[in-house]
Amino acid sequence: MKIEGKHKLWKDYQKEIADNHFYYVRSCIRQNFFPASEVHLLKILREDLGKDIFDDPRHTTCTGIGYHADIIPFETIMTVVARHFALMTEKGYKNLLISCVTSFGIYTEILETWRHFPEVENKIREKLKKATGRTFEIPVNMIHTSDVVYKFRNEINNLAKYPLVNVNTGKPLKIVEHIGCHYSKMFPNKGVGGAEFPYVLAGMVEAWGGEVIDYPERRHCCGFGFRQYLVMANRGYSVSNSKKKFESMKDFEPDLIVANCPGCTMFMDKWQYTIGEMEGITYGKYGEGIPVLTYEELAGLVMGYDPWDLGLQMHQIGSEPLLDKMGIPYDPELKYKGKNGKNIGAPKVPAYCTIN
Amino acid sequence: MKGLFDKLMEDVRFEEGLKACMNCGVCTAICPAAEFYNYDPRQIVTRVHSRDEETILDLLKSETIWYCGQCMSCKTRCPRGNVPGLIIMALRKLSQEEGHFTESEKGRQQFAIKRTVGENILQYGYCVIPENINPDLHREQGPVWEWIFKNIGDVMDRLGANYKKEGAGALRKISDESMKELHSIFEVTGGKQLFNKIEEFSLQKARELNWEYKEKGIDNDYFRHTYTDNNGTHTKT
Repeated sequence: MKIEGKHKLWKDYQKEIADNHFYYVRSCIRQNFFPASEVHLLKILREDLGKDIFDDPRHTTCTGIGYHADIIPFETIMTVVARHFALMTEKGYKNLLISCVTSFGIYTEILETWRHFPEVENKIREKLKKATGRTFEIPVNMIHTSDVVYKFRNEINNLAKYPLVNVNTGKPLKIVEHIGCHYSKMFPNKGVGGAEFPYVLAGMVEAWGGEVIDYPERRHCCGFGFRQYLVMANRGYSVSNSKKKFESMKDFEPDLIVANCPGCTMFMDKWQYTIGEMEGITYGKYGEGIPVLTYEELAGLVMGYDPWDLGLQMHQIGSEPLLDKMGIPYDPELKYKGKNGKNIGAPKVPAYCTIN
Repeated sequence: MKGLFDKLMEDVRFEEGLKACMNCGVCTAICPAAEFYNYDPRQIVTRVHSRDEETILDLLKSETIWYCGQCMSCKTRCPRGNVPGLIIMALRKLSQEEGHFTESEKGRQQFAIKRTVGENILQYGYCVIPENINPDLHREQGPVWEWIFKNIGDVMDRLGANYKKEGAGALRKISDESMKELHSIFEVTGGKQLFNKIEEFSLQKARELNWEYKEKGIDNDYFRHTYTDNNGTHTKT
């Protein structure tokens, strides 16, 4: 096959992704909204692919949400990140696996800053030593969690039970892939496929049998905007940007959206509900919403994990239409149950974005 | 005494973000904030390029520096390697250090962010914790989050998190030892000092505007003002 156009371009932006032995740092947003995605990332890598990952309880937030909302000085976040480097160094690891796109952007920004301003690195080494007594080495390989799932996309496909194909029509599912801005817009050569044609999610979709939708606002921000969401008075910014994307993608009738950023995944799920309540507009073909999944949730479904073990009940937009298209069996009665079937009630049904 | 431009130049992000702008406007064309707010990143770059102290002082007191959403799309596209998003970060930092942020409605919101995200970091070691995503303050989160919020322990337990417990895992309790190190980093690197400045200048402004202010928490009128007020003059329509 002749490689041309976008396929040729993304090949210019390849990155090295380590094969094994990762030191894992978690994400604030993912822990709150998609805890099962973090659980399944570790499960898939360790149990299905036989990889070694160190999950260290000692690391903290990187403070990234505060940093981009301007309440955290650059020196502070650099030193918090330097502490994480130190914890990794102490455990003998060299490959840093970062669960959050905001964090990934920050870790990258910090290393780039130190490359341009070596005196800043020296200063941070002194600050860390003074604050904690710790020293560190720079990671040899620094990757986002979507990078590692991308790297092993073919191995995951070898274990696939439910490919991304509509069982009723036999056609590939039509999938919107959304890349968090800080994955590669700041440092294009640190992301698979660069900033213009990032391939990290598209590669997974294609490997698992789906078809990527190329819509006009594909690269537009989800609208998180840090302070533009954190403060209630500013949330019009946030929902307007997501709406711009939904309006742009709806005519392509996507079966699902997959995102690699914790915030984007949550916002594109919740803003569909909000737009429904505000304006009575929904973006699914039959008045439902478009399911928005993390890449672990998508990988997990493909591999045959139970949808409710994967945490799909935490999404506002129901994923049942997608499960039906993929031919995945599920028990609706168990969706909102606690551990061991404990009854913990169920959410109220909204006026819009419901499943018919 | 150092001028404002010199103080901006002490921030490596400013040095890195400001090269030679040729006013092409690509940053404004790609900017989500420019589409929503009365905002133009090209003009911000032009104004700081002037090195004029009064112009920079006006920016530090302005609404406009608070409109950027930090997506950093401008960094990808600028043909000259400027980064308006980084220049904004340096301006916002200086605005808070000099106390000018309380002169604008959007700037005063730093108090709300400090009282929420800032306190989460210092108390729990996370930017966000589920107990503080109160449905009353987050209507957009919808009925599923409301259900999760009411049953947080059971939902997290069902999904394999390690909610508020010792050891590794999602939403684990950060140990006292790690929290001590985090606090020490904040002391040594100016993090605590910036928090204190946000509080001090906010208290002054609350007094000036005659808003109720409390030393802690979000149950006070100044928090509600900074978290919810929108005078309707910020957007294009």
